[in-house]
Amino acid sequence: MRSLPIRLGILFTAAALTACASTPASQPVATPVALRSALDPSIDLDPFPSTYRPAPSASVAIVGATLLTGTGTEIHEGTLLMRNGRIEAVGQGLAVPPGYETIDAHGRWLTPGIIDAHSHLGVAASPGVSSLDDTNEMSDPNTAEVWAEHSLWPQDPKFDLARAAGVTAMMILPGSANLFGGRTVVIKNVPSTTMQGMKFPGAPYGLKMACGENPKRVYRAKGRAPQTRMAEIAAFRRAWLEASDYARRWDAWREGGHKGDPPKRDLRLDTLLGVLDGQILVQNHCYRADEMATMLDVAREFGFHVTAFHHAIEAYKIAPLLAREKVCVATWASSWGSKLEAFDGIEENAAFIQAAGGCAVIHSDDGLLIQRLNQEAAIALTAGRHAGVNISEADAIEWLTANPARMLGILDQTGTLESGKMADVVLWSADPFSVYAHADKVWIDGVLSWDPADPRFRHQSDFELGLPVRASR
Amino acid sequence: MIAGRVSLLCSVFAVACACISTPAAGEDVVAVINAHIHSMGNAGEIAKGALVARDGRIVDIGASVAIPSDARVIDAGGKIVTPGFIAADTSIGLMEIRLSADPADNATQSQTISAAFDVSYGLNPQSVVIPVDRLGGITTAVVVPSYSGGGDKDPLFAGQAALVTLAHGHQMLLEPRVAMVLAMGEEGAEHAGGSRGAEAAALRAILADVRDYARRRLEYDQGKTRHYLLSRADLEALVPVAEGRMPLLVWVRRASDILDVLSLARQEHLRLILDGASEAWRVADQIAAAHVPVLLTPIENTPASFEALGSTLENAALLAKAGVTVVIKGNGTHRDRELRYNAGNAVAAGMPYSAALAAVTINPARVFGIVDHSGSLDRGKDADLVIWDGDPFEPSTRPVAVLIGGREQPMTSRATALRDRYLPVTVSATH
Repeated sequence: MRSLPIRLGILFTAAALTACASTPASQPVATPVALRSALDPSIDLDPFPSTYRPAPSASVAIVGATLLTGTGTEIHEGTLLMRNGRIEAVGQGLAVPPGYETIDAHGRWLTPGIIDAHSHLGVAASPGVSSLDDTNEMSDPNTAEVWAEHSLWPQDPKFDLARAAGVTAMMILPGSANLFGGRTVVIKNVPSTTMQGMKFPGAPYGLKMACGENPKRVYRAKGRAPQTRMAEIAAFRRAWLEASDYARRWDAWREGGHKGDPPKRDLRLDTLLGVLDGQILVQNHCYRADEMATMLDVAREFGFHVTAFHHAIEAYKIAPLLAREKVCVATWASSWGSKLEAFDGIEENAAFIQAAGGCAVIHSDDGLLIQRLNQEAAIALTAGRHAGVNISEADAIEWLTANPARMLGILDQTGTLESGKMADVVLWSADPFSVYAHADKVWIDGVLSWDPADPRFRHQSDFELGLPVRASR
Repeated sequence: MIAGRVSLLCSVFAVACACISTPAAGEDVVAVINAHIHSMGNAGEIAKGALVARDGRIVDIGASVAIPSDARVIDAGGKIVTPGFIAADTSIGLMEIRLSADPADNATQSQTISAAFDVSYGLNPQSVVIPVDRLGGITTAVVVPSYSGGGDKDPLFAGQAALVTLAHGHQMLLEPRVAMVLAMGEEGAEHAGGSRGAEAAALRAILADVRDYARRRLEYDQGKTRHYLLSRADLEALVPVAEGRMPLLVWVRRASDILDVLSLARQEHLRLILDGASEAWRVADQIAAAHVPVLLTPIENTPASFEALGSTLENAALLAKAGVTVVIKGNGTHRDRELRYNAGNAVAAGMPYSAALAAVTINPARVFGIVDHSGSLDRGKDADLVIWDGDPFEPSTRPVAVLIGGREQPMTSRATALRDRYLPVTVSATH
């Protein structure tokens, strides 16, 4: 990772003074002029800022549930207190302060909100008509300049369905046809008329990359590169070379006192630069073990870190390597065989990552599976135990909560039941690893956001108003 | 197996042997004892009982069953036993990989071999998919032809479905040509040139052609009939459909489309099976009154298209309540092992447990005409069964043993071989 250069426009004055002091008096002084902010990629890193502000929420005490905290702990007959949108306290035998709404949760389970680390909700919206297919800008193998948030349609009815299944946050990614698919966006699963109203405040961006079959299949069909895996790696390296040179040019311009024309800003390279600076997390679609290992070498060559491999069907073959390199593995339990690179999928993938001390994540990549990530984790947990890996439910819940939060860069805010965190909480009717469990209540930032008994929470998407839908879906 | 032991058995257990006139050499007797049996048949649910199979057929089942002394005894240890599950609407045996690998045998774009396309010829009993799905408790499947996704290049009819066994061995075909497959609604409209009305007109014209052809085969061969829309092979394939002998399996989603196809079937005297049927719950009473069964994926609840706006998790429950014969499907070929979770999700959405279990066993057997030997654990039926270490609909449950035709199946697959090769060191160290 490169050291972060000073990129703040307000330092221009100081820079100008330094430049003046070192300039011989006889020379005409080239006074640096502050760039129009849009011309300098370092000035505004957040041009589409989150406008999400949680509604005021009541103080709530949930008493008597079995808590899977997302920190490897299971608490029986525990109490959780929520106040001002945050988790206030978690534990056994906590006294409920006066003025708290108390929910008797004996016989039920309480977990952090589910976080889906790989979703296309809003960008591959329902209904699945071509007018709403905004997932993948396939026009070039490198579209690092596109941002998934600019495709995101907040009215996708699937957001409501995911919320009813306990999903409180997710990362939306561009598709995987290209090597660089564009920027990902992390959202809170709250109803909103704008994308900005869903954006997770302060969450870092991700860069969607894809190796393997998809890019070579898509561009072979278009008669252009890459058509082979070796061409993919060449194209990756070329792009990172270009990004490194872009970084050098900006650094040189800044270090040279902003003299002369600045480098020309390039939206595509800005995203890659963000990765080199450690501000944007690499979210890499990659199936095969050998390809993951190669991608790690590419990352080392250019000085960046791969935050996670997505799908990562063969991650179990290199579990110790991925654990050592601190790369999360976002995968399924059941999905396999869709492509040859998915031929070696096994149900135990997540469990084997866990056994190696790695960061396992169960993701959906699908509008139906996002509604039962808990069941998918249960399949992986069962298979892992059957293979002899010792995993508790308290461990496995992290695959859906703390670990995706870590991989999305939001673990300091959410993903566990710990005091001070966002009160993103799900109350389950039964053990969440049971097929019969459903979300009885879902809170997002302490705001009650789902209750199957309350019709206010159904069909919040404008799209479904006046359409022949069923009241309960 | 020695004849002497069998004859001894016949004198002791005369009833059990009554059906066996001459005990053949090589007879295979298996008994599953100490089992919690959901028979899905006449024996009902047996909290603790046993069943005996001879040469692959069940000869006795109940709470109190005499166990032949020559039987291989499998002690279920009180665990749950169900009939083997039946995966309806799958491509098992027709493809190894869905995308960018060898060609799959599940679809054709031929315009002259459409209805005549018969999936029973392309089956591969060595398919890597079979053991994987078998480990999901599936013992039988209805292999259904698909469309290639070519829009208006695809023919009207997808072809004919076949019944297959997932038994380890060299022969997977049980019954060819069990249904004719047709898409209606949006997809069918696309095949017919772009509108539902065009497809309806085409179907009526084709059925008239088929009936005319069936009466005048000789004249057809002599060129003395009018021009028919379809090829001779396709016309021939459709004769059993027009005569109501072969069911027409129709992919359809919107409620109004379902009513249209019910009406078409009534007028044309067709036997009908609905598939997909996202909005079937809206017209459940009409479907029940027409005695038409429905194949569905109960977890499909997104408004995936404008013809599926009414999708709901409660579709299966509402149809069952209305008296419709419901068949629950898996998630397609490689993911058909998820069939049992789909059934569990249907229960979670209000379907009675026994109805969901019927929807993966006895119901598909009825719908596809194999109820005389499959779908339940009854005397005389195939000993296709699964022993589960818990509720089969729960992800925390795994099959302990799978028997097909009384034979224990390997509990391994390519996936378990990969698993074993890459066991974590912490695990393999303790093995």
